[in-house]
Amino acid sequence: MNLKVKYFGLIAEITNCSEETIAFSKQTVSELLDMILNKYPALKHKDFKVAQNMQLVHVDTKITTPEIALLPPFSGG
Amino acid sequence: MSRYSRHIILSDIGQEGQNKISKARVLVIGAGGLGCPILQYLAAAGVGTIGIMDFDVVETSNLQRQILFGTSSIGQNKALAAKARLEDLNPTINLIAYPEALTQNNALVVFEDYDIIVDGTDNFNTRYLINDAALLTHKPIVYGAIYKFEGQVAVFNYKDSANYRCLFPNPPKEGSIANCSEVGVLGVLPGIIGTLQANEVLKIILELGDILNGKLLSFNAKNNQTYTISIPKSDYIITEEAFYTNKTSAFECPTPIEHISFEKAIQLENVQFIDVREPHETPKLDLEQCISVPLNQLFENFDQIDKNANKVFVCQSGIRSQKAITFLKKRDYNNCYNLEGGMQSIKTIYENR
Repeated sequence: MNLKVKYFGLIAEITNCSEETIAFSKQTVSELLDMILNKYPALKHKDFKVAQNMQLVHVDTKITTPEIALLPPFSGG
Repeated sequence: MSRYSRHIILSDIGQEGQNKISKARVLVIGAGGLGCPILQYLAAAGVGTIGIMDFDVVETSNLQRQILFGTSSIGQNKALAAKARLEDLNPTINLIAYPEALTQNNALVVFEDYDIIVDGTDNFNTRYLINDAALLTHKPIVYGAIYKFEGQVAVFNYKDSANYRCLFPNPPKEGSIANCSEVGVLGVLPGIIGTLQANEVLKIILELGDILNGKLLSFNAKNNQTYTISIPKSDYIITEEAFYTNKTSAFECPTPIEHISFEKAIQLENVQFIDVREPHETPKLDLEQCISVPLNQLFENFDQIDKNANKVFVCQSGIRSQKAITFLKKRDYNNCYNLEGGMQSIKTIYENR
């Protein structure tokens, strides 16, 4: 499955794009994250959460929809 | 009642809705980039009682986005300066200034007096404190946060919805996420995000429309895209005892920092200068003993810093360098000095050398 992966804030700065397509043949969010962290090692030290189908999900969730988002916390005000 | 006539003629508000607004009690924590537009619209709308909490004072660099203040406000406490401005905007409402920081000691008592808590702060410690205090006092939170060109808005703990800890259970690693004073922010962005927060406050008061309840809206000012996710409620609970005895990094106060002038710093023996600015910032500190470790990357790169040396931290104005020192002190790095006033203060001395 081709996944559209969206990045926000500091995460998008590290990946240098706000979204990209990733060919994914495995099962879970955590397996997708392994691929993404392998591609962008600097993300390993960053905090972020993952959403699938516009819903916050745990890393052991099975990927069933083609859109995933990586959202970091913001502190500014 | 002509002040609110444009509200009253809206069939969704009417006199009944306007009466709800005038009975509402809203506490806005942080009278900065987010707090200013929130306060401005809530006061203009006629929210009957508005609490304004901020310990900080107005600085020149705030005026690019903190629209309640002018040149004449510089040096004044933000809560008091905002109150003075809003009293002129709407003298018919009750404005209460708290020129102090939100702490474990005052949070629960102050929250009890309000119906809605608005988070316009600029740091994670206070955000987690607001979250836990709102859970204990059963108050909804209207949350907003910004980063450079992007912002987040959410409503937490309203009608038993998710809270901030359901989204991010614990504060991020210290120094891993920067705030506006460290990386900059587009001035209009907090105006947009703060206005969205004010809108959610009014919708809660009026019980109107679709509230961002348990949802996080992300906005990108560069491409106008929004992205909204829903947040399932986690099983996080907090007791009053845990709230007061919380010794996690969330509520810790920073340790005192030693400041040093440039003249004294260059006379130190075994000295290392650490420039924590972004690589593009000038003027450069062109010294042999100077290394560049941007604050954003400190967590990954602090092993480049010589633990045994006298360490002088440098940034543009002396704010980011203090963050770097606080971060390193928690990792047992001693002999850390903050270059007082940053590069701005030594620019002329340095350029004439």
